[in-house]
Amino acid sequence: MNSVVCISHVPDTESRIKIAGSKIDEAGLKFIVSPYDEFALEEAIRLKEKSGGDVTVITFGPERAQQGLREALARGATKAIHVKGEASDADSLGVAKVLAAAIKSIPHDIVFFGKQGVGTDNGLVGPMVAELLGYPQVNVVTKLEVGDGKLTAHREIEGAEEVLEAPLPAVVTAQKGLNEPRYSSLKGIMAAKKITIDAKSVADLGLDEGDVFKQRVVVVSLDAPPEKSGGRKVDGADAAAAAQEIIKYIREEAKAL
Amino acid sequence: MAGVLVFTELKDGKLKKASREALSIGRKLAEAAGGELVAFANDAAAAAEAGKFGAKKVYVAAAGPYSTEPYTAALAQVVSDVKPSVLLFGGTSDGRDLAPRVAARLGVGVASDVDRLEWTDGKLRARRPMYSGKVFSTVEVTGTPAIATTRPNAFPAEEAGGGAAEVVNVTAPADNRVKIVETKAPEAGEISLAEADIIVSGGRGLKEADNFKYIRDLAHAIGGAVGASRATVDAGWIDHQHQVGQTGRVVSPNVYIAAGISGAIQHLAGMSSSKHIIAINKDPEAPIFRVADLGIVGDLFQILPVLTEEVKKAKH
Repeated sequence: MNSVVCISHVPDTESRIKIAGSKIDEAGLKFIVSPYDEFALEEAIRLKEKSGGDVTVITFGPERAQQGLREALARGATKAIHVKGEASDADSLGVAKVLAAAIKSIPHDIVFFGKQGVGTDNGLVGPMVAELLGYPQVNVVTKLEVGDGKLTAHREIEGAEEVLEAPLPAVVTAQKGLNEPRYSSLKGIMAAKKITIDAKSVADLGLDEGDVFKQRVVVVSLDAPPEKSGGRKVDGADAAAAAQEIIKYIREEAKAL
Repeated sequence: MAGVLVFTELKDGKLKKASREALSIGRKLAEAAGGELVAFANDAAAAAEAGKFGAKKVYVAAAGPYSTEPYTAALAQVVSDVKPSVLLFGGTSDGRDLAPRVAARLGVGVASDVDRLEWTDGKLRARRPMYSGKVFSTVEVTGTPAIATTRPNAFPAEEAGGGAAEVVNVTAPADNRVKIVETKAPEAGEISLAEADIIVSGGRGLKEADNFKYIRDLAHAIGGAVGASRATVDAGWIDHQHQVGQTGRVVSPNVYIAAGISGAIQHLAGMSSSKHIIAINKDPEAPIFRVADLGIVGDLFQILPVLTEEVKKAKH
């Protein structure tokens, strides 16, 4: 059973985001493997531990994105492909084309993504890759079983759940709750250092840069949200009075009661 | 024919709220872009209601319950027949599953989870929150059709008073590799975070898992959904489906009540676009008060039960 895990390298969720033109200012930001991708990676590593095979992590991004691959290798991925390029200059379909081409270049039975990249929060690349590869997709997965040339997955839908069955190869996007991701061990970090990351360019994959970086969704501007000043603060020592205050507010301001 | 096509979904024979919202903004875009508002649905039962929201036609593919592949094929077929300038999806689980698949098939981009949409200079312009609302990105979607998924609660659902839409039947392809084994329905009375008008959220101030009953009781009384901070989800007090914030769900209900939530940056990012925010916290310095419209400095264990009783009275 060979798995591919596509990861993205994103600013830490606790980061304060500064804007620089139509991009975010990366100076001083700490980058991490996108949290949903961690669930995807963990699931692939568990699959390998159970049924053998390779776990190949793939990322499309600048030089710094290599740290994300190192982290994934330290946790138990066995191979890594780094497609170098300013992924933030491509839109989701451009990124999907790059990843689909990289996935095609290696043997695989199942392709994992996080359900969305934390920060950009598009949630588009996984299904787009599934379409480009012609594979079935199961999105927002909270439980997965793989075997016998097929997968059974629990997909989270509004307040409920669907159990779906799909033949392999297939694309799965991971939701929080799928598993409990492990930390990398010192031994894992040392072992990962011996693995050579396969570096490629967009052109190496046989893709036209003009098409990959053709922005079908163009960022016009980035703006900071209006600062909220905070409203009225009331002493709630008297519970009954506080409850009345809240009822009055909901009724008169929000018109919701 | 240019115009706007909206993917709509039915639940218990009625249009989902997200679909009504997408139709409402779709009608405005169709007026600006010039062209008709039309809809896609899996059942002709959508026609009357879609008409009320201004749709002239409903393309109906009797494809059964939602599944990615047949819906992608049917919708892509309608797009190539209708040639809309804009294709909208309400930001439901299924809308978000389908939009990127259809976009990749058509070779166009998607603006995800947008909270503003306008048609300017012959292009679709959208605003979308990024980094959980720490940044707003304004984008232009250049492809045809220009595709967007709408954020729940961001666009008011407004009827336009039209008659029933004309039903146009389209073939639903039978090919489907994914089999639905089982659908587990939500618990009776449970409202999902995404579509809730009112959310009552609890944080670490609840002290233990059992005390989420204070939150649930108020949520049930007021007809809202139950939310939670990341700390309580990580502690195993409540399921992740309830988590509000950067690694949970970003919400913007009419009313957000935060009880015992101090307001970590990742939580604030997920709820500060709510229209009316009420915070209850013992610590007067808690960051949640910086975004709250009404802040109550007090003990949630005292206040919530009284509030729940008052809400029940007010509802009668």
